[in-house]
Amino acid sequence: MILRTLGKAPEDLLRRRINRAPLPALAIGLPWASIMLASMASFSPVIASAPVMPPLAYMLFLTWRLMRPGLLPIWAGLPLGLFDDLYSGQPFGSGIMLWSATMLAMELIDERFLWRGFGQDWLAASGLIAAYLLLCSAFAALATGYPLPLVIVPQVLVSIALYPVMTRVVSLLDRIRLLPLKRL
Amino acid sequence: MARSQDRRPGHSRRAQNGIFTGYVVVILGVVAGLAVLVLSIVRPETFAFARSSAAEVARPMGRAGAEGRAAGQGVFAAIGAYFKAGQQNAELRREVEAARANAVSMQALKDENRRLKALLGIVDPARPPVATAHLIGSSGASTRRFAVIDAGTRHGVIAGQPVRAASGLIGRVTEAGPSTARVLLVTDPDNVVPVRRANDGLAAFVQGASNGRVEIRLINMGVNPVKKGDVFVTSGAGGLYPPGIPVAVATAPTRDGATGHLAADPADHVYVVVEQAFSPQARAEYERLQREGAASAATAP
Repeated sequence: MILRTLGKAPEDLLRRRINRAPLPALAIGLPWASIMLASMASFSPVIASAPVMPPLAYMLFLTWRLMRPGLLPIWAGLPLGLFDDLYSGQPFGSGIMLWSATMLAMELIDERFLWRGFGQDWLAASGLIAAYLLLCSAFAALATGYPLPLVIVPQVLVSIALYPVMTRVVSLLDRIRLLPLKRL
Repeated sequence: MARSQDRRPGHSRRAQNGIFTGYVVVILGVVAGLAVLVLSIVRPETFAFARSSAAEVARPMGRAGAEGRAAGQGVFAAIGAYFKAGQQNAELRREVEAARANAVSMQALKDENRRLKALLGIVDPARPPVATAHLIGSSGASTRRFAVIDAGTRHGVIAGQPVRAASGLIGRVTEAGPSTARVLLVTDPDNVVPVRRANDGLAAFVQGASNGRVEIRLINMGVNPVKKGDVFVTSGAGGLYPPGIPVAVATAPTRDGATGHLAADPADHVYVVVEQAFSPQARAEYERLQREGAASAATAP
C-alpha cells in the first residue's frame, strides 16, 4: 500500500505544494540513514551459514553515488565504511578502505565517461561490486590465515542481478527525500 | 545521470579549498583504512570493544528478528524444497537409514557405558549451562562466519565457551560484551573442532569451508574408511568442547576425509545454549594463549 501511495504523482501525494520546500534533514540525511540501516541488515531474521546475502549496504551506497552524484560528499566512504565494519564481520578497516577507494574510483569513472546510460552504470556497478566482494574475501582469508575456497561466485551474480532493483529502491527513497514537507 | 560541474567552482577560494579537502580526506581514508586493516589482521581483538558496543545498540532489532525467523525460514525452506524435492527425498532416506544404524549402536554403547560407570562408581559431574540465548544476527555477506547472541558477560558468558543447540554444536564464543557475544560458527575456516566418529571413535577434525559445509579430515591417513551418513561428534580433545556433541554428518567422502553438513544449522535454531568450557585447564590455556597472542602481536611490529 505504501508503495502504491508513493508511486503516485507528487501533486496527489501532498495537496499543498506552494510555499513548501523539502525538509533539510530528510533531503541530506536520508541517503546516510538508508545506507547505515542496510549495514545493520545483518541483524535480520536470516542467520546465514554461508555468505549468500548480497552486500546490501555497499550496493545502496554505490547506487546513491551512481544515481545522485554529488549528493554524498567524496569523503563519505570513510564514516560509512567504518559503520559497516562494525556489523559486517569483516576484519576492521576493510570497509573504510574499500568504500573510500570506491569513491575515488567513481571520480575516475565520472572523469572518463561523463555521460552514461543505464547499461553503462550497471556495467560500472558490476565491476565495482565484483572487485569489492573479491577483495573482501581476500581480506577475510588473510585474517583467518587459511586460503578460503572461492565461495563468492553466487554472491557476485546475485548482487549484479540485484542492481536494477537497487536503482528502483534508491529512486523511491529519492522521492521521499524531496517531499515538500517544510513550510516556508 | 551526469554530475553537475561542481568541481570547477570558478574563482571562489572557499569552494576550491572545500574540494581539495575532500580529496585529501578520501585519500587519507584509504591509507587509514589500510593501516587499521593491517592492525586488525595482526591483532584481531583490537576493535572488539567497538564491535560489541555496536552489537549492543542493534540488540533489540535482532531480538525482534529472532522472533519472526521461524516464519521466514518456513517460506525459504518451502521454496527450496519445491525445487529439489526428489533429490532431497532420496538423500534423506539414505541418511535416515544410516542414522538409524548409528542410533542402534549408540544405544548399545550408552548402555555399556552406563553399566561400566555404575561399576566404577563414577558420577558424571553436573554441568549446568551458562546461559540460554537467542541467535540475533550473523555475518551474512562476509566470508567470515560469525553470529551474535543476546547474552554477554552480565550472564556469565566469556570468550572460549562452547555454544550448542539441541541438535548439535553451533560454535564458540570469541568476544563477549555486556549483553551480547560474538560466536565463531563451526563453518568458519578458523574454527577447528576435534571430533570422532560416533560409532567407533575414529579420530578426525572438522574445519569450516565457509560455504555452509564443513571439511572432515582424518588424523590417520591411509585407506579412507568414512562412508556417507557417518555422524561425527566432539571428542573432547583439546578440552574446549565437551565430548559427545554432534557436529557433522559426512555427505561426500574425499581422498583424505569427507565433506559434510552440519548437525545443527544455525539458521534452524532460535535458541542456543552457552556451556562451560569442558575443562578448567583448557579454559586457562585458552586465556593464556589469547594473552600471549596479544602480547607477541604487540611486540612484533
